[in-house]
Amino acid sequence: MVRTAAVVGTDAVAEAMRQIEPDVVAAYPITPQTAIVETFSGMVADGKVSTEMVNVESEHSAMSATIGAAAGGSRAMTCTSSQGLALMWEMLYIASGLRLPIVMPNVNRALSAPINIHCDHSDSMGARDSGWIQLFSENSQEAYENTLQAVRIAEHPEVLTPAMVLLDGFITSHTTERVDFYEDNPVKEFVGNYQPHYTLLDPEKPISVGNFDALYGYFFEFKRSQEEAMKNAVQVVKEVGEEFGKKFGRTYGHFETHRLEDAEIAFLAMGSGAGTTRTAVDELRNQGIKAGLLKLRMFRPFPFQELIQALSHVPVVGVLDRSLTFSGGPGGPVWQELRSAFFDAESKPRILSYVYGLGGRDFSPQLVVDAGRELAEGNLHQGIRYLGLKEEDD
Amino acid sequence: MSQWNIENINKWSWRKHPLAAIIPEAGNAANYRTGGWRTRRPIRDEDNCNQCLICFIFCPDTAVKVKEEKVVGFELKHCKGCGICAHECPKDAIEMVDEAEAESQEKEGGNARG
Repeated sequence: MVRTAAVVGTDAVAEAMRQIEPDVVAAYPITPQTAIVETFSGMVADGKVSTEMVNVESEHSAMSATIGAAAGGSRAMTCTSSQGLALMWEMLYIASGLRLPIVMPNVNRALSAPINIHCDHSDSMGARDSGWIQLFSENSQEAYENTLQAVRIAEHPEVLTPAMVLLDGFITSHTTERVDFYEDNPVKEFVGNYQPHYTLLDPEKPISVGNFDALYGYFFEFKRSQEEAMKNAVQVVKEVGEEFGKKFGRTYGHFETHRLEDAEIAFLAMGSGAGTTRTAVDELRNQGIKAGLLKLRMFRPFPFQELIQALSHVPVVGVLDRSLTFSGGPGGPVWQELRSAFFDAESKPRILSYVYGLGGRDFSPQLVVDAGRELAEGNLHQGIRYLGLKEEDD
Repeated sequence: MSQWNIENINKWSWRKHPLAAIIPEAGNAANYRTGGWRTRRPIRDEDNCNQCLICFIFCPDTAVKVKEEKVVGFELKHCKGCGICAHECPKDAIEMVDEAEAESQEKEGGNARG
């Protein structure tokens, strides 16, 4: 049985958290994630979940308390946005270095300055090298389902790595959409019971966690094993996504394609922008242009091989980035990864960079249609092309 | 409980270490040499010492060795050289000396005190 409801994205995530029913949630409210914490706190107060809710004084404390709980053998979660994620920064590396399978929805929001509360991906991109898995959601349905799957992925014995579930601030978090919720029992069955790899609270098996390794020289080895866990996650994300599909009907992979098979130009997008791009691709097709879409779900780990297979037949690929790297270079962060993936490939597309939607700047299908028409005309730009930016020649 | 076997740990590959750098045993602090950055070393004048044990009480580590209720020396594996024992000693029976000098005297087979 599926319960269909009209909810905002934050409710969809809170509902996933209710069904997961973590042992501990330590969180601090920040726009646009606030409603997740509010709604989940309500569930705790109303006795709908047995979770221990820790109301902390900052996001640094939120992540610290979550780490402490996870090291104590609990299934622990938190959630945040933007400045909150930035304030957690040093703790993100501790969560991943301690191999604690914490799941954290992050509602993507721009980082200040100037102060802005709207969507872009600069917050989670700042954490791209922190050793966390990153799964992007196009809409509330995916935010709900990614949150459920993230638990399984993070806790997999070959992975044991924390995972972020990303959803776009306001566009997804505050828009009412249709979401199908699954019944508690099959969801709980899917998520399963948590068996921690280690716990500080087992007197039969005392251990020490968070040890000092600056003099004896094993640090490098631990980082190498984290990289291995990320490599393992590529397969695990796929397996968990397939199992989810068998159980609930929607199968997940590393990415999803739309009209890509015979595409002559393609766009790669993450998050809600993928929905906008899908509409634009259909419009381009109506205009006789063979356009396609690759919606990337998994940014960390980055599915290098799989993307080469999916895109090598396309002559031109435009990568839509919702953040900048400020490298002074020719492209955004997702573009950099894709170009790098293809560098040694036999057959490779021209890979062009677009940056859009910073600080919630509106991203309309028309922007992508115009960009697609330019590409179809063979007008291939160098460097970053900014979509929706106010420029002098506009 | 059996001791965690760390033989040849310096040569272990990244696959061999326990996940997340945990140490899978308890009570192991005594095995760690934490006094390596000491610049001064406590020397006790046995004749002047009245065995009041104030140094043992005040030592912020566990570096004052006591046997049968008597101070018998210092555990230099753990002593950081803070000098609190010397400062607190009511008989001024503890003196802090230069660590490098003490070490070179030891190497020469001289009268290593402490």
